[in-house]
Amino acid sequence: MTSLAQTSDELQDLYRELILDHARSPRHFGKLPDATHTAEGINPLCGDKLKMYFRIDGDDRISDARFEGSGCAISVASASLLTDMVIGLHTDEALKYFSALVTRLAGVQPTDNDNAGDDINLGKLRALEGVREFPSRVKCATLAWHALNSAIQRKSQPATTE
Amino acid sequence: MSHIRLTDAEDNIVDIANCRADFPALTQNVNGHPLVYLDSAASSQQPAIVIDTIAEYQRHDHANVHRGVHTLSHRATEAYEGARDRIRAFVNAASRREVVYTSGTTESINLVAQSFCRPTLKRGDKILITHLEHHSNIVPWQLVCEQTGAELLVAAIDQRGQVELDTLIAQLDENVKMLAMAHVSNALGTVLPVPDIIREARSRGIPVLLDGAQAVPHMPVDVQSLDCDFYAFSGHKMFGPTGMGILYGKEAHLEKMPPYQGGGDMILEVRFDGTTYNDLPYKFEAGTPNISGAVGLGAAVDYLQSLGMDRIAEYESELLAYLTGQLQTVDGIRLIGTAKQKASVQSFLLDDIHPHDLGTILDRQGVAVRTGHHCAMPVMDFYGIAGTARASLALYNNRQDVDALVDSLGRAKEIFSR
Repeated sequence: MTSLAQTSDELQDLYRELILDHARSPRHFGKLPDATHTAEGINPLCGDKLKMYFRIDGDDRISDARFEGSGCAISVASASLLTDMVIGLHTDEALKYFSALVTRLAGVQPTDNDNAGDDINLGKLRALEGVREFPSRVKCATLAWHALNSAIQRKSQPATTE
Repeated sequence: MSHIRLTDAEDNIVDIANCRADFPALTQNVNGHPLVYLDSAASSQQPAIVIDTIAEYQRHDHANVHRGVHTLSHRATEAYEGARDRIRAFVNAASRREVVYTSGTTESINLVAQSFCRPTLKRGDKILITHLEHHSNIVPWQLVCEQTGAELLVAAIDQRGQVELDTLIAQLDENVKMLAMAHVSNALGTVLPVPDIIREARSRGIPVLLDGAQAVPHMPVDVQSLDCDFYAFSGHKMFGPTGMGILYGKEAHLEKMPPYQGGGDMILEVRFDGTTYNDLPYKFEAGTPNISGAVGLGAAVDYLQSLGMDRIAEYESELLAYLTGQLQTVDGIRLIGTAKQKASVQSFLLDDIHPHDLGTILDRQGVAVRTGHHCAMPVMDFYGIAGTARASLALYNNRQDVDALVDSLGRAKEIFSR
């Protein structure tokens, strides 16, 4: 690991243990029979295809979330983290995570603290920060989140990262 | 032994592996590692002679073709039409009238679908393709079927990625108006038994189009000995520029076909009450063409002929065997596409690592492979997978490239076994 130090660091930063764990054992994986909001996320570049299910109650609170589909480690881990994160949140709060994450990963407003473009602590979503060194993978990390946004906005077309 | 040494016609030693030095792009480092370019099936690199020939043309000889009486127009026309003559000889077309310049294989196939098939196709007619096709040899036929009510049939493949010959032949009935298939599969590298299939189609009077994009860079192609009706290929997969391709078509067919697009250069005389179309091949070349593309493709053809397609095929065949053999030594590898006759390509999966992740890890080690569905989603569906990693070889690759790939796969296993 000496001559490959930089390469290894960047790759290990991308494939952090938390990411690999969620990719191997995705949380909330499967259909949600009583979902009120659903959306598909499709990344035509690599064939990632995720279906996101949400149950959103009358007070706009997300009471449950699931997902199914297939994708790379980054997109699956991100979807898994998403479901962990948004259950219990008001849809406005969930959308704040969406915009904060997209901002953070696209490197639009690089910051040194937890607050990225918004008054939000990304918490364990920071495990996805490794993709900033891999511009072609940012789409993978944000795919599920674009689908979340579509589902909440009730857009009928599949979300894509294009 | 890292390469084979062969003797050319003049008894000079021609070392295919040494031609790597002719390709400027291959001398660079990527992500701190020497570039190992294993993605030539997507697009090949260009030798300096192609790059320089295009630059020289742009610097000194550029003007519009077939138009001016001035010197530069004459030079441009000579260069543009001279390239056509060399490309004709390269694939052994009977006449330069049969060599149509297009923007690439995709446009070549669309041209045949729209100008050859569409005028006569009707409900009840069928177009036959195979399960191995690139999207560009599927969608143009779907479009013409939608337009005419014809039906698209698909010939089955087996687990090795080979067309089931008997099944395909049984599908060749009198309602099939076109058989369109790859010469070499882009996703799996399968070389289709096109002489046998063409013979069967010919005996039933069924025209055949071959998608030769993945064949022309790797093996000798003789359209007359193949006896196909149409042959489509692209410049950028044979060490030439992008945006440049060829449609070979038998003259008798091309004569009967209406123009694909209207515009300048494809006409003899335009009046508001009617237009007389130009002769072949210009009837299909509307508008100011990709002149530098043709010039560059001509240079690429010269380059390939200086090496010899037979030698290239022999060299790559040995290298592909080495690639496949070395991949098989990797624990957890699954080879996708194991046909008996193959060229240039090996698709694979490693453990349960998604191909996209594999591609990223390899790239960080300077190894460029294609990952995903390779514009052949039906092939991926056949194997029940979302995609593969694909290493594809060209004449400039060598055993060190293969070894670097195998090493980088080891690194991927390390990262994913944490």
